[in-house]
Amino acid sequence: MISRRKWLSAPYTLWSVVFILIPLCMIFYYGLTDKTGAFTLENITAIATAEHAKALRLSILLSLISTLICFLLAYPLAMILANMKVSQHSFIILIFILPMWMNFLLRTLAWQTLLEKSGVINSILTFLHLPNINIINTPYAIILGMVYNFLPFMVLPLYNALSKIDENVINAARDLGADNIHTFFRIILPLSVPGIISGISMVFVPALTTFVISSLLGGSKILLIGNVIDQEFTQASNWHLGSGLSIVLMIFIILNMIASAVFDKEGEGSML
Amino acid sequence: MRNALKKFYIALIFLFLYAPIATLMVLSFNASKTRAKWGGFTFKWYVQLVHNDDILRALGNTLLIALLSSVIATVIGTIACIAMNTMKKRTRTIMMGITNIPMLNADIVTGISLMLLFISFGLRFGMGTILLSHITFNIPYVILSVMPRMKQLNPSVYEAALDLGAPPVTAFFKVVFPDLTPGILSGFLMAFTMSLDDFIITHFTKGAGVDTLSTKIYTEVRKGIKPEMYALSTIIFVAVLVLLLLVNAAPDKKEGKTRV
Repeated sequence: MISRRKWLSAPYTLWSVVFILIPLCMIFYYGLTDKTGAFTLENITAIATAEHAKALRLSILLSLISTLICFLLAYPLAMILANMKVSQHSFIILIFILPMWMNFLLRTLAWQTLLEKSGVINSILTFLHLPNINIINTPYAIILGMVYNFLPFMVLPLYNALSKIDENVINAARDLGADNIHTFFRIILPLSVPGIISGISMVFVPALTTFVISSLLGGSKILLIGNVIDQEFTQASNWHLGSGLSIVLMIFIILNMIASAVFDKEGEGSML
Repeated sequence: MRNALKKFYIALIFLFLYAPIATLMVLSFNASKTRAKWGGFTFKWYVQLVHNDDILRALGNTLLIALLSSVIATVIGTIACIAMNTMKKRTRTIMMGITNIPMLNADIVTGISLMLLFISFGLRFGMGTILLSHITFNIPYVILSVMPRMKQLNPSVYEAALDLGAPPVTAFFKVVFPDLTPGILSGFLMAFTMSLDDFIITHFTKGAGVDTLSTKIYTEVRKGIKPEMYALSTIIFVAVLVLLLLVNAAPDKKEGKTRV
């Protein structure tokens, strides 16, 4: 029986080798060779050229800011939701997944309508005699788009980690005389670390590598590293350079994976 | 006071999450063709949608890919979970690590890696390559929803079924499978949703002339989105919302009946 069960793993093992591992090797192959097939590091060192380095720096900056904002918005929310003792755990998850049924590009585009000079938000601000905001086609709009799109990926792992904390541990801390601030920093926050790490990596990686949000809300003048790679593949057809730049991106992704593996061994902070 | 503050905060976040969706719904009734101006209320985009073959074809492709990829991913993923459950811990850790790659990796990297794979295999880009890619990024969602259920299972129950003379396949479907169902279902739903909402991976693995809703919208961005698209996404969203409300209401009814 056991041996037959082992045989059951064959389809997925085969699938993951062909469609996960080999494709990754392909990126390394293309990234480390030139058009003639000879070995080169040029595609990777190309990241140091002024244009690419600027795109990478901007990507890192915007994605760090977005991740921080997501965290600051999501943590209180996750705490409130976890304390609500809603019996329907799945219902909470659903509320955050539901927006995905409206197309991601359309949802992001809708922010154009909301943010435009004479858009919805400015009309409301004018009505309230408040100063208008003109952030469309600026990096601020890109940050907003990132926070909007990736906030659920921060909320869900935090919510999962926080709702798993044993009530008795918190009560014990209170009985031992800890006030709210102490309980939070010494009990709740440390116990939610798996959720925090998982949330950060779920937000940081897509934000760092996006090219859609920047092209929809950044007015096509602001180039993130994702835009550069996308152009190399879809317009310039320079797969070698595109792959080389992707390898640079993968360094950040791998650092993220290591962090998740170290801090979240049991998968406690997972999204589902 | 504290409670009011909490409710206000939740309300603000929901306003933030759902404001764009409300905007799109409003735009689907906007008589003016540009989204910047409100030209009065109309149903005409809903009527024209029925005659817009381009959008309907993209919708068909999107649904077909989402359905096929999530079903196939659910089958492969569930079988993989059954297999992984009996593996040695080290092998399982490696398998789970590989499973996590598409989840943690950037979509753009997954997309171009698959594109390079298909090119070197000489595959023709089209529905087939989109389907293969979607199955690939859907399997992890299934495994991550089924695996926790699998770990909670009591292996003795399955062994008891075998001892009582059930053939392994019967024992699996009668005893193990019902316990896994919630995990399998949520994995399937998650996979379906992710496939439906994907743009980046499809963008790199689709061929010329084949479009899903996402890629169609992306090419339309420059010329301006056709209002029929707003109408279609409003229909989809409302349909899903109603479906979910019905599903959420259903278990209560059942409980009520058994209590009576």
